[in-house]
Amino acid sequence: MQVGYYPGCSQEGTAKEYDMSLRKVFNKLGVQITEIEDWSCCGATSGHVTSHLLSLSLATRNLILAKEQKLPQIFAPCAACYNRLAVSKFEVENNNNAKCKVEDILGETLNNLPPVLNIIQVFQEIGIDKIVANRVRNLKDLKVACYYGCLLVRPHSITNFDDPENPSSMEQIVKATGAQIVDWNFKVECCGAAHSVPRTDIVLDLSKKIIDDAVEQGANVIVVACPMCHTNLDMRQKAMTKLYNNHKITPILYLSELVGLSLGFEPKELGINLHFIDFNIPLMEEEKVL
Amino acid sequence: MKIGVFICHCGENIGKTVDCARVAKAASWLPGVVCSIDYKYMCSDPGQNLIKQAIKDHNLDGVVVGSCSPHMHEKTFRKAVSDAGINPFLCEIANLREQVSWVHDDVEIATDKAIDLVRIAVEKVKRNFALQTIKVPITKRALVIGGGVAGIQASLDIANAGYEVILVEKQPSIGGHMSQLSETFPTLDCSQCILTPRMVEVYQNPNIKLLTYSEVEKVEGFIGNFKVTIRKKARYVDDTKCSGCGLCIQSCPVKKKALSEFDENLTFRTAIYVPFPQAVPNIPVIDTSVCTYFVKKRESGKVACQLCMKKCDRGAINFDQQDELLVENVGAIVVATGYKLYSISEKPADSPIKGYGEYGYGKYKDVIDGLQFERIASASGPTAGEIKRPSDGKTPKKIVFIQCVGSRDEAKGFTYCSKICCMYTAKHAMLYKHKVHDGEAYVFYMDIRAGGKMYEEFVRRAIEEDGVKYIRGRVSRIYPKNGKYIVKGEDTIAGVPVEIDADMVVLATAMIAQDDAPKLAQTIGIPYDNYGFFNEVHPKLRPVESSTGGIFLAGACNSPRDIPESVAMASAAASKTLVLFGSDMLEREPTIAIVNENICAGCFYCKKVCPYNAIEIKQIVDRNGNVVKEVANVNAGLCQGCGTCNATCPSKAVELLGYTDEQIYAEISALM
Amino acid sequence: MVQNNNFQIQLQEIIHENPDICYQCGKCSAGCPLRIYMKEPPNLIIRYVQLGLYDLALNSSTIWLCAGCQTCSTRCPKNFDLAKFMDGLREIALVNNIPVKEKKILKFHKAFLKQIKKYGRSYELGLVMDYKLKTGDFMSDVDSAPSLVLNGKLSFLPHKVKGKDKIKNIFNKINTKKCK
Repeated sequence: MQVGYYPGCSQEGTAKEYDMSLRKVFNKLGVQITEIEDWSCCGATSGHVTSHLLSLSLATRNLILAKEQKLPQIFAPCAACYNRLAVSKFEVENNNNAKCKVEDILGETLNNLPPVLNIIQVFQEIGIDKIVANRVRNLKDLKVACYYGCLLVRPHSITNFDDPENPSSMEQIVKATGAQIVDWNFKVECCGAAHSVPRTDIVLDLSKKIIDDAVEQGANVIVVACPMCHTNLDMRQKAMTKLYNNHKITPILYLSELVGLSLGFEPKELGINLHFIDFNIPLMEEEKVL
Repeated sequence: MKIGVFICHCGENIGKTVDCARVAKAASWLPGVVCSIDYKYMCSDPGQNLIKQAIKDHNLDGVVVGSCSPHMHEKTFRKAVSDAGINPFLCEIANLREQVSWVHDDVEIATDKAIDLVRIAVEKVKRNFALQTIKVPITKRALVIGGGVAGIQASLDIANAGYEVILVEKQPSIGGHMSQLSETFPTLDCSQCILTPRMVEVYQNPNIKLLTYSEVEKVEGFIGNFKVTIRKKARYVDDTKCSGCGLCIQSCPVKKKALSEFDENLTFRTAIYVPFPQAVPNIPVIDTSVCTYFVKKRESGKVACQLCMKKCDRGAINFDQQDELLVENVGAIVVATGYKLYSISEKPADSPIKGYGEYGYGKYKDVIDGLQFERIASASGPTAGEIKRPSDGKTPKKIVFIQCVGSRDEAKGFTYCSKICCMYTAKHAMLYKHKVHDGEAYVFYMDIRAGGKMYEEFVRRAIEEDGVKYIRGRVSRIYPKNGKYIVKGEDTIAGVPVEIDADMVVLATAMIAQDDAPKLAQTIGIPYDNYGFFNEVHPKLRPVESSTGGIFLAGACNSPRDIPESVAMASAAASKTLVLFGSDMLEREPTIAIVNENICAGCFYCKKVCPYNAIEIKQIVDRNGNVVKEVANVNAGLCQGCGTCNATCPSKAVELLGYTDEQIYAEISALM
Repeated sequence: MVQNNNFQIQLQEIIHENPDICYQCGKCSAGCPLRIYMKEPPNLIIRYVQLGLYDLALNSSTIWLCAGCQTCSTRCPKNFDLAKFMDGLREIALVNNIPVKEKKILKFHKAFLKQIKKYGRSYELGLVMDYKLKTGDFMSDVDSAPSLVLNGKLSFLPHKVKGKDKIKNIFNKINTKKCK
């Protein structure tokens, strides 16, 4: 399977382990990823929050690059990047006014832009069976709460992916690793997103609520598919322990890290040691898959 | 032929755009026209008298009126000329309003067009035949489809007027949704107490033939003469032998397989069952999907159980009973099939309506809908009228009621307002407070629609006397936490978020059309809208008639409405039926098809295309009785004058009286 | 109630949502995760716009506290894209130089975009430094910084995009459009 790779800015920085783990995992599962050459920032939150046209232009530039590099489809591991790319593609394809403006800004004609996938969709294309077949560790001691965040499933009319109120696509992949699924209530509740720096108080509050519900429903690990969510839930947990005296420390794993563990990689190989919250759950002995 | 032309100004309606005097003058020059006048209001008494006088003075034998659409006043003018002694079909209308003054601005052009239309009408009327209205006998029996409160009312009204009624009901018992309610607003009458006497009256009325557990399968014919095929589904119980003792039900071993539809899936019922103790008729039905005998028979062909049959001392149980097809002739049909409630559960991906994921897709046991709450509150319900949570049977101390779930909702539901929810939610909250004195009731609303008699006072009572807290705002999400449900809402009047940890949540879900409504409409032959509600002819002036003659509508199958409105509409539909039955014969327009047997080649293409099956094969015989040829023959009783045969006939042998080819060619020639 | 036509025209240029379709049911405010931090709930901002009270809408902290999570748009029974509408309000607030209530939030976004304009990709160290200088908030996240650096997650030098001039061009073109 071939797919174009749009890393997004955080993959080079604060979400380094996400990049490390997904490269290893996709390689093992036979997915050939091709990084888009000279990709640039999609604009993230700051773009669309201040200028609609800027946001569309920044994102669309990358779609044009992908098309020029003959990539049939691309995926973005960061939910925000995925959302900006998908929404921008939708707008320039369905709104003539927007299309003209962006073409004018970029000096390029927009047509035949490649489809944009998120990381869960890539795993779905790989197929659950393949993950199970390559599984070396059964992660049955992990009780996983799958956290989707806001931007994977919304707006539903554009992403057209899973159920925006009660999604289950990530759970299918987690099940394939042997881990237990926890049914919980905050799957798609906002973590505070880009307020992480300027209004950390809000993020601490919102992210705490998310972790609390996951723990209350019996989870011992939360799995995410977005670097912003990961930062808010992982990096900010230390501050949570200081602010709230009943906080239960819970490790936060990227989906690719979880799958990587089940495929036999060591935590260090996947970058799990780079997290702020340590992942200490003992993993089952290697078992031979018949 | 001596023709009179009468041009109406229709006040300013025609007169402003058409120079009526010029039209009348131009018409006076047409060959055959002996008098031509114009007048302000031709349809008025003086106007009609002008026509009648002119007929006498000039000895007219044909009349053309230039006026509004024939739809409006053709009948008026035909009657006027008939009073003056001319056959009414020798009167033609030139539509100078809808076809001229209402669609053109330029006076010159409009007047020229008006003159053209009058000219062709004159040419047509010269070739009109004097026709007599066809009299068709009426079958003075009515069919009422649906045995809810509307169907019951309509049946009783028609039956008490002395006519036979066939009442067909899909469920094993009549009563509909009203029989499921605990109490009705605004009087808080016990619903079954006021309904069951009516139900018994229906059962005992000698004029009503009650067919329950039956469905209408085919409707043929037309007003005054319908032929209806009804499928009486097999109950596997002989209704001539059953005494309603209930021993069979007590003996049935299947106790936990089938959910009770009447109790809205809150309890189980047996395989052989009666939906509720006051069912009419009180004759059980066997649900073959769970009955041990039928299940085993399907799986292995072996005979099992049959305990009910063994227990019955009247031999009323018959496992070999078959569906029965009955054919009934009726003259009018009243459709009163009612509604169903919108379900918030998950819908398939291609469904235009989405479920409510934010309220749990119906998976939370204590998040229920209005009818389920009615069953809980009802003294004859699964909790004997005590308010208890379905999940653990505990008494809820905090109940949240949410209005407008699925109504006024373009995204996941229906754009319309379901009309009754504001009232029944207030009722539910009051009933709860009356039964659980220390309980807290909250209602989340967008608006309060309480437009009926004593309705506003009823809602205020809930707020002012019973202490129900009304919060103005929609609820965004419900999720479970520690055995309770967190309800996240907002009060937009105070501008504060409102979060309630409720023990139970009742959703006022939208009133929608039944699942099989479109199919039924197609079977009966009546139009329906995009929601599945059956359409009335005119929303203001003809609310109980469908556009198909002889078929009337009553109750919620037409649009969401409450009990008094449904009952009123049912009586209205009954009165329309009685109007129909008031004449001995039905007068039908004689502008039907007629076959020229000399030209007819006997190909019978016309017979194939006739939508009313009105064409028969007629044999022409010679003196010795030998068949010379076969020709088409139009049954005057069935022909509706649609003209399809005329368009199809390759020999031009079948023509439409009043619209013959000769007339149409003359009209076209007059234009050139 | 004077309809402030200028703002209305500007808003309609950017987004095509008709605020009149909102019937103020409050479901957006009920589900908004940031609602409790807002003085004026989201539905009230739409009400301001419906009444032509653009000043009240554009001066609110609400439009800046909005995290763009789309919960409102997803649940709105009238399919009103409130999240996008908030984007529009923010944009015209900036274009018209309306003072921003949540200054730190805007400063963060500006610092972020400054890096993009310069390097084509987010240079996190630069962003953080710029933000801290702008806000004078030097102490927060100080404890996370060492870990980030040690883990190689906060690089000292920016990653530069070869086509960064093109990116700069995008920014410039849009700025000129705004000035018109």
